[in-house]
Amino acid sequence: MFSRDRWQEIFQTISKNKLRTFLSGFTVALGIFIFTVLYGMGNGLKNSFNEFFMGDATNTFSIYPGRTSEPYKGFKSGRTIEFRNDDIEDIKKDFAFYLDEITPVISFSATAKYKGESNSYTINAVAPPYQDMQKTILMKGRYINVKDLEKRSKNIVIGRLVELDLFGKSENALGKFLDVGGIIYRVVGVFQDDDGDNEERIIYMPYTTRQMLDQGTDKIGQITLTYNTNIGYAGAMAFDLSLQKYLKSKHNIAPDDQNAIYLRNMADIVQRNMMFANILQLVVVFVGIGTLIAGVIGISNIMVFVVKERTKELGVRKALGATPASVIGLVLQESIFITTIAGYGGLVLGVGVLSAMGDRFKEDYFISNPGVGLGIVITATLVLVFFGVLAGYVPAKKAANVKPIVALRDE
Amino acid sequence: MIEIKDLHKSYRMGANSLHVLKGLNLSIKEGELVAIMGSSGSGKSTLLNILGMLDEADSGDYILDGVPIKNLNETKAAKYRNKFLGFIFQSFNLINYKTAIENVALPLYYQRVNRNERQEKSMRYLEKVGLKNWAHHLPSELSGGQKQRVAIARAMAAEPKVLLADELTGALDSKTSYEIMDLVQQINDEGKTILIVTHEPDIAQMCKRIIHLKDGVIVEDSLVEQVRAASYVQ
Repeated sequence: MFSRDRWQEIFQTISKNKLRTFLSGFTVALGIFIFTVLYGMGNGLKNSFNEFFMGDATNTFSIYPGRTSEPYKGFKSGRTIEFRNDDIEDIKKDFAFYLDEITPVISFSATAKYKGESNSYTINAVAPPYQDMQKTILMKGRYINVKDLEKRSKNIVIGRLVELDLFGKSENALGKFLDVGGIIYRVVGVFQDDDGDNEERIIYMPYTTRQMLDQGTDKIGQITLTYNTNIGYAGAMAFDLSLQKYLKSKHNIAPDDQNAIYLRNMADIVQRNMMFANILQLVVVFVGIGTLIAGVIGISNIMVFVVKERTKELGVRKALGATPASVIGLVLQESIFITTIAGYGGLVLGVGVLSAMGDRFKEDYFISNPGVGLGIVITATLVLVFFGVLAGYVPAKKAANVKPIVALRDE
Repeated sequence: MIEIKDLHKSYRMGANSLHVLKGLNLSIKEGELVAIMGSSGSGKSTLLNILGMLDEADSGDYILDGVPIKNLNETKAAKYRNKFLGFIFQSFNLINYKTAIENVALPLYYQRVNRNERQEKSMRYLEKVGLKNWAHHLPSELSGGQKQRVAIARAMAAEPKVLLADELTGALDSKTSYEIMDLVQQINDEGKTILIVTHEPDIAQMCKRIIHLKDGVIVEDSLVEQVRAASYVQ
């Protein structure tokens, strides 16, 4: 099978029959190419989905207070619900088993001024765990820490674009004093965030400082918490339900009142959206498999044609002493060689196109970083080679068993 | 060289069977040049196919160079063909994408002769048929007579015991036919056993023995005075 003579024989037939070689090679290369590109773009779509949701921790609940929609326990409907510091303490105490981290978030907007520059920004007053929940990456300095909370210090952490807006490219914001809503704060950190520009135009400050400046209130806007990932998806859903029930009973809200408290469960949202992405991928795989089948049919047709075309030549070879095994081997080895090389070519081309695409279509088509696992394309190539061989084997065997005199009979 | 005893062959055609060879007995010695003649349907092609191991007889014995040819599987038949027989066809049957010398070397490839020896031997036989200067031409660049010479060189390259020729001049004009027969006679003069199936009497007269087949039996088997083809070739 691997003798030099046999290979020479094969290279000769390949080089002397360019059209035939091109046809079978092209079919395989095209099939693998389309499969690779489709599959890669499917992966790109999925990557985009992942990116949308993976910027923040996915084991997150955000709880927002609302307005009651029905009367309950002597309270009339339309009552505004407010969370207070003791809500945080109670959740910490009563849900210790589920809970990982918890922080209040008091959100407001204010104008920040530095020298001549000023701009309006979202200010989030938070506790230190918020950094991990948002996956905020510090470029310099530090995040809000526990000491800031205790001392109610006027320290802030600003986004990369806040620094760029107010301090320009050359000046370093770290340690500088910034006027936010008429109060002077010291910048102790600058952060970046993968989730887009808006996320980098945020200013963080200790929530205790905000409460002190807001007439010493203990109101908090929303509660954000992460749960222990060990509880799993089902555990998270159970936690979701019992936490809502707990807060409703604490704030005297009717158990079926849907407007008083809103709980945003990332796990649930991500789950739903990933299902969508998976179905998309399934469609893409289905189309890819269709392409492969078309490729298999194409290569089968060509192999039948090739063997038919060579019937006479194979008859001559048999009359000159070629054994049936060597005839079959000759045909198959050639087709394996061509399909493997062509398949590899299609693969390289497909991967090339994918990497050229890169993130270019991210904005318009939500395809980011398209790519394919090597295993899947090699499998696809092997499938094509296998079917090409199978398609060649049947007619080759038939040709090998035809009596030379029949093959050589003049038409 | 060739011994045939009571050879029968029939083909099944639907419900009837067609009895083609009806008990042939034939003995051909080494160095003979035999013409097998007969009209179409006489069984001459069937006989050649059986002699060439391309087909198998229903009953009877076929002994080639002392080896009984019986119950061969395809692989064994291929080996015997390669070792014992050289074929020359009416339509040459050269492989069109191989040059003359590559065509001649093909049976040697199947004999697993190494490359250098193949090359050297093929060239020698091409020289013998007068085509040394055409060795690297494709069949499409050769005339009919040249193609048949290449085919003869190819048949001889494997150094078979017997050459079997099926209407070898059928596709050639008479002048070229005589040139080819001249070559065949020269090869025979060197002692090679050659069987020629033909329906042309003048070609048959250039052999040493003529066997007439009719309806599956030998009706005449006679030694003839050989006409030398060289006398027609200037």
